[in-house]
Amino acid sequence: MEKLLDILRELHPETDFETETRLVDGGILASFDVVMLITRIEEEFGVVIPAKEIVPKNFNSAAALFALITRIGEQDD
Amino acid sequence: MKTVLEYLSARQSAGPDRPMFSDERETLTAEDVALRSDRIGSALIMRGASREPVLVWMRRGGAMIAAFFGVWKANCFYVPVDTEMGESRIRSIVERVKPRFAIVDESADALLSACGYTGEALDASTLLSEPADPDALETAGKQTLDSDPAYLVFTSGSTGAPKGVVGVHRALIDYAEQITKTLRATDSDVFGMQAPLYVDACMKEILSALKCGSSVVLVPKKLFMTPVPLVEFLNAHRVTALCWVVPALTLISALHTFDAVVPQYLKTVAFGSEVMPPKQLSVWRAHVKARYLNLYGPTECTGMSCFYEVDRDFADDERIPIGRAFDNTEIFLIDENGRRSDEGEIFIRGTCVCHGYYRDPERTAKAFVQNPLNPDYPETVYRTGDLGRINDRGELEFLGRRDDQIKHMGHRIELGELEAAAKAVAGVDAACAVFDRERSVLGLVYTGAIEKAALLSALREKLPEYLLPKRTAQTERLPLTENGKTDRKAAALLLYR
Repeated sequence: MEKLLDILRELHPETDFETETRLVDGGILASFDVVMLITRIEEEFGVVIPAKEIVPKNFNSAAALFALITRIGEQDD
Repeated sequence: MKTVLEYLSARQSAGPDRPMFSDERETLTAEDVALRSDRIGSALIMRGASREPVLVWMRRGGAMIAAFFGVWKANCFYVPVDTEMGESRIRSIVERVKPRFAIVDESADALLSACGYTGEALDASTLLSEPADPDALETAGKQTLDSDPAYLVFTSGSTGAPKGVVGVHRALIDYAEQITKTLRATDSDVFGMQAPLYVDACMKEILSALKCGSSVVLVPKKLFMTPVPLVEFLNAHRVTALCWVVPALTLISALHTFDAVVPQYLKTVAFGSEVMPPKQLSVWRAHVKARYLNLYGPTECTGMSCFYEVDRDFADDERIPIGRAFDNTEIFLIDENGRRSDEGEIFIRGTCVCHGYYRDPERTAKAFVQNPLNPDYPETVYRTGDLGRINDRGELEFLGRRDDQIKHMGHRIELGELEAAAKAVAGVDAACAVFDRERSVLGLVYTGAIEKAALLSALREKLPEYLLPKRTAQTERLPLTENGKTDRKAAALLLYR
């Protein structure tokens, strides 16, 4: 989780990612931010995020995103 | 023909009920667009507007495009503004232009006075409730010249102040001819528009709709975060043509979207505004059979000036050419000695060259210059600041910039504008903006007491989203070159410390 928070803070140091739950719906993540974010996650966590998982509910909070990464990681194993 | 609005009458008689512009809220037919623009034009004339800039500050949608046309019908030129441009950008536009009239909807209400606007704010829905005045419209139409301004759009400026590019009617007529020919637009095409309406990029679709009867669907901005719903949207609307900035296309290809869903109706995929990575183009071409066009052109020359139709495969380290100039436009390269050359700065001449920058003679004189190859009579050409070369096949290639301008997320950015905004924040002593081309990351290195988070919050208030740094580093002092200038290359390294 800490690794994910670091990636997110690099993009938006002004946001409190531990509490924010409207990253997409609240417009904090900009359009096109998502490519950079996913590329970094795929590098750092060694997972491939399927395109159909790239929907607001998986990206609205750091917790949801972490749950997604964990779920995909388990499927891969 | 004096303005591209003459095409609108043809559209009205050819198919008044055909959808012209659709957005999340409504679909406007050719008839709707004509009626609305008549009413808005009449209402402006009635209030005394003539040959002057009119601010149009509305939500992105067909209603805003109809308002643009209404401004033309009143023999005025529009200045498009969107809340997403950010308060400080809008304030500097308002200060420079000082418009007497603004056409607004509820998206502008709260911010108008905060941005220093003191003129009359005309609610679009009020203007639409007033009757059209055919006589007044006819008189205004007669007074319009094809050499008059059509719009003022603002691009990033190096000293912090954006530059207002004065677009001209006859250049739009020319552009309508060239861009629709290049795109092979027809009345069976459906364009999925990605561009915001406050840049000239939106003209590709608008002109295709006017001249060829294509229909335009404005793709909601929020879809450009979610590639699968984005492609599903294109399929649901049977979109046949895209003219998108490169990051919008790579959002789809880089995130394995084609494993889940593939666009089914596309015939034309045009891209531009920054360099397309060949790898991403290959992914697209492997999954979607269409014509692929690389477009290039500065706002100062009215939309795009040159194109290359992809006709071969490219290795990952190859350059996709920008091809050759549109008809009625010449592109030539000038070397350091001021001579025509196969490699050098890109100059553009033709009807497409706009009138210069609004209330900005200094910066106009630097970019709109006498043709260096013509000593005989006055001839203004535009020097782009871009570097190019002619390859072995005779195609033009884009090499990069002469200065600190970059293209990022489809927008032109002067690093100086980000620096100027950062330096204006209390607690920042010095700032250096850098662009990491490899990772396509805009970064900011600064000195001063303010924390990163507070600085970012302050910048967020002032700047449009695409000008916000994605990486920030605080440092004791900025690295300098031997000449005592800020060393951007060394500063860039600090970002990844």
